[in-house]
Amino acid sequence: MLDPSVKIPVVLEPLEDAEVVTYLGAQAPSRQRSVVSHGVRLAVHEWGDEAAPPLLLAHGGFDFGRTFDVFAPLLAAGGWRVAVWDHRGHGDSDHAALYSWETDVRDAVAVMDSLGGGAIPVLGHSKGGGVMVQLAASLPHRVRQLVNIDGLPSRRNFPDVSDHQRTKMLAGEAAAWLDHRRNAIHRKRKPGTIDELAARRGRMNPRLRHEWLRYLVTVGARRDPDGWRWKIDPVIRPGGFGPWRPEWAMNRVPGLSIPFLALLGVQPEPMGWGTRPDDVTALLPAGGRLEVFPDIGHFLHIEQPQKVAEIVLDFLGDPR
Amino acid sequence: MTVTLAHNKVRLALHHLRDGADGGGVRPLLHVHGLGERSPDEVPEVLASWPGQVWALDLTGHGDSSIPAGGGYSCEVLMGDADSAVAHLGPVTVYGRGLGGYVALLIAGARPELVRGAVIDDGPGLTGGGVEPGTPFVPQQPLEVTGTPDPYALLELSVDVRPPDYATTFARLAATLSGLDVAVAVAARFRPPWLTAVANEPGVHGMAVAEALALFAASPDAPAAAG
Repeated sequence: MLDPSVKIPVVLEPLEDAEVVTYLGAQAPSRQRSVVSHGVRLAVHEWGDEAAPPLLLAHGGFDFGRTFDVFAPLLAAGGWRVAVWDHRGHGDSDHAALYSWETDVRDAVAVMDSLGGGAIPVLGHSKGGGVMVQLAASLPHRVRQLVNIDGLPSRRNFPDVSDHQRTKMLAGEAAAWLDHRRNAIHRKRKPGTIDELAARRGRMNPRLRHEWLRYLVTVGARRDPDGWRWKIDPVIRPGGFGPWRPEWAMNRVPGLSIPFLALLGVQPEPMGWGTRPDDVTALLPAGGRLEVFPDIGHFLHIEQPQKVAEIVLDFLGDPR
Repeated sequence: MTVTLAHNKVRLALHHLRDGADGGGVRPLLHVHGLGERSPDEVPEVLASWPGQVWALDLTGHGDSSIPAGGGYSCEVLMGDADSAVAHLGPVTVYGRGLGGYVALLIAGARPELVRGAVIDDGPGLTGGGVEPGTPFVPQQPLEVTGTPDPYALLELSVDVRPPDYATTFARLAATLSGLDVAVAVAARFRPPWLTAVANEPGVHGMAVAEALALFAASPDAPAAAG
């Protein structure tokens, strides 16, 4: 049996002729390593002093750890050892045979174990926020504080929840999903230039700057001979289906027993979940706090990293 | 004879249990086992009356099929297993036990032209995880995997949630799109909430397995599939 504590160094392949794209405030992780979770190798990225108290971040679906390249260093500057893992199938982590929120929760625990024992603060964005709520509800003794950035589902619009499932199903939707799986093993992401991949991602992230998306290509895609390709497992597809419904996640919120901060951007956009402030306030746990940002979309920490980091650091308090 | 099929990164074992007694006039019957089970070595007595070929599929993490690392099971993925078998065999009638009965319902709704009748029988995993999620359990240590059935399959597929209104969606798709008067036969004597709801749908009838097999053996293939 594989020991989840075994650390395998991440091998970073040098990219010949790789274009170097920089972005103001973006910092590559201070350290990168691997954790094996239940037989799946996960890439872990860290910022800040390795001896500082750990803070675990979780990215959203179709994202990857280094989408925190601006936000994480701001939190690290507050005195935290900030760690994020690439969800299985995303970024530099293994492509698995199967994906689910349950496996992501288990992977989060394996990464927590690699950061030391005890309860630590966690922060999740979008699907990562939902996963962290499930973790806190399942293992309350492992979580000290919980920050949720636009990761509370109240409506049925979850473009990034492909490996989880949606209830609404039309004739043909299941067949289309099966057709996709029939060919999945032969599927490859479409190659392109940095600008093409950035433009494609821009359709899902219309509020984010093209320059940022260009930067993401260079840290989240790989360069093949025929062009750049996002690293995400081609079998992962937006628009799954299944029995899952948002209240199953939301119903866990009132019972959370740890300090809870929810941040909600209410500007609509394709990757957003369409959650309204009233949906959240009705379910806040005792002492829980909701901050609403009327002018920001789903990616609050990317649109307003300074402001969001300040609020999060204030909520987390002194790391020591 | 066993055929190996690829479903994404998983290798599935599809066992040929018996040739047809009728010289190939009737479509094959596909047997789907229950949770923690594996395909039988021989045609079970309950299916002996089927006039055509009989095949049996080992689901992901079961029998001679491969074990994915670290779990992530869902009934929708198992429906994909069944779809891999349907892609290989062409039009079939599906018989499922327990979990396999739920999978039979899903694939009947998703591939109504290719699944010509589904029989849901008693067996392990018929209930699933109920109509809404229970208190989540997260193993903090890896489970020891020594072979099939994969313990992650047993863990995850014993709590997969089956809301009745979700299950009935598949029953309706099967009933309306297959063109069959009876698209789903419920032979199970025990009926958890999802199955009670399905049994009340138009195009779904309660009947014994032998009766269902006789009915489906006489049912037409879909025009497109037959052509």
